[in-house]
Amino acid sequence: MDKILTSRQGPLVAGGFLGAIAALLVFWGNPGNMGFCVACFTRDIAGALGLHRAGIVQYLRPEIPGFILGSFVSALAFREYAPRSGSSPIVRFFLGICAMFGALVFLGCPWRAYLRLAGGDWNALYGIGGLAVGALIGIAFLWNGFSLGAAERNPKAAGLVMPFLALVLLAFVFLRPLFGPEGTGPVFFSKEGPGSQHAPLLISLGAGLIVGWLAQRSRFCTVGALRDLFMMGDGYLFRGLVSFVVAAFAVNYALGQFHPGFEKQPVAHTQELWNFLGMVLSGLAFTLAGGCPGRQLIMAGEGDGDAASFTVGMLTGAALAHNFSAASSGAGVGAYGIPVTIIGIVVCLLVGFGCRTARA
Amino acid sequence: MSDTLTVNASGLSCPQPVMETKKILDKTPSGRVAVLVDTATSRNNVARFAENKGWKAVAEEREGGYRVILEK
Repeated sequence: MDKILTSRQGPLVAGGFLGAIAALLVFWGNPGNMGFCVACFTRDIAGALGLHRAGIVQYLRPEIPGFILGSFVSALAFREYAPRSGSSPIVRFFLGICAMFGALVFLGCPWRAYLRLAGGDWNALYGIGGLAVGALIGIAFLWNGFSLGAAERNPKAAGLVMPFLALVLLAFVFLRPLFGPEGTGPVFFSKEGPGSQHAPLLISLGAGLIVGWLAQRSRFCTVGALRDLFMMGDGYLFRGLVSFVVAAFAVNYALGQFHPGFEKQPVAHTQELWNFLGMVLSGLAFTLAGGCPGRQLIMAGEGDGDAASFTVGMLTGAALAHNFSAASSGAGVGAYGIPVTIIGIVVCLLVGFGCRTARA
Repeated sequence: MSDTLTVNASGLSCPQPVMETKKILDKTPSGRVAVLVDTATSRNNVARFAENKGWKAVAEEREGGYRVILEK
């Protein structure tokens, strides 16, 4: 199996499994067309930790720590665990915040954009268009010398921070500690809304571990797929993206989860411009940071401290987006979603223009 | 080894190792090029890119990463 995953067909094979697993997770209880959305689930984790107070989106999604641990174990097993950092970590932290702002205006990460499409939510087409435009802007910066600088190898123990945090999150979801004021918290779980919808805990964790392993071995990346196709004409990762959508569609269709249309789609709104611009912001931030949010989690599991900075930025961004009323809902864009999207795009453009490393 | 061109792409994020490789291969119709990278992902990406351009790629481990030797 490892020979296939690390071959030229690796992303194609992994993408198929990932798409099928995502659709099955919806069948087993995760919110509609959400499968394992990194943005939504990181937002739910931020809520579960009390970092925001949107009561309907609070759950310690086991899939996210599962991705990190699956990647960590895989990287250890195949001698690819390589702790490293030092490539502008604070810039990556802010890119993570910006990426999450955009994703929560659209209501999904790139993985969910494609899962929404595979579930018949045509609003996703605006988001995918925005993602492609954001990636193209990022590519223009890359061709013009954009770089966040080189990372350096770190001590072996430095790469253990994210796997350790993943274990702590899993301990919290199993133990559900309640010692905060009035007998609630410090971990919160939604009683209604998307946060209350989830697959059984062990299934979610198992799926997360398998996805972490498959993605670590195959380098599956939905932003890299567009970037490599546009920049180099290399369809290696793009084939994985296609198989991801096809497999998710096939399983959705077989399970009666395919509902084509624009209206009344689960955890989605119909404001085309902001679906588009939200993902322009996300696509740009992910391209500048070197990969989609799923890929950032996988790299964090491999010991990449810069990717870890980005993921902590996403967690922070999720909390800020809800606390500043910038996150969308099924009713539409949040009260401050529009200015935050514009500010985020400006910040990413400044990063794109400002960060260059002179290289021979 | 004296006629080997060396590119240090170690520590760079995707897709910069491949971009650095492209830059030097565009200027080098044939010969021997060594690309230094720090992760298995960059090693595979550089080798795949070079092979797509008709170069032979062989990767070897080095302190802190890999050396991808490209020949044509």
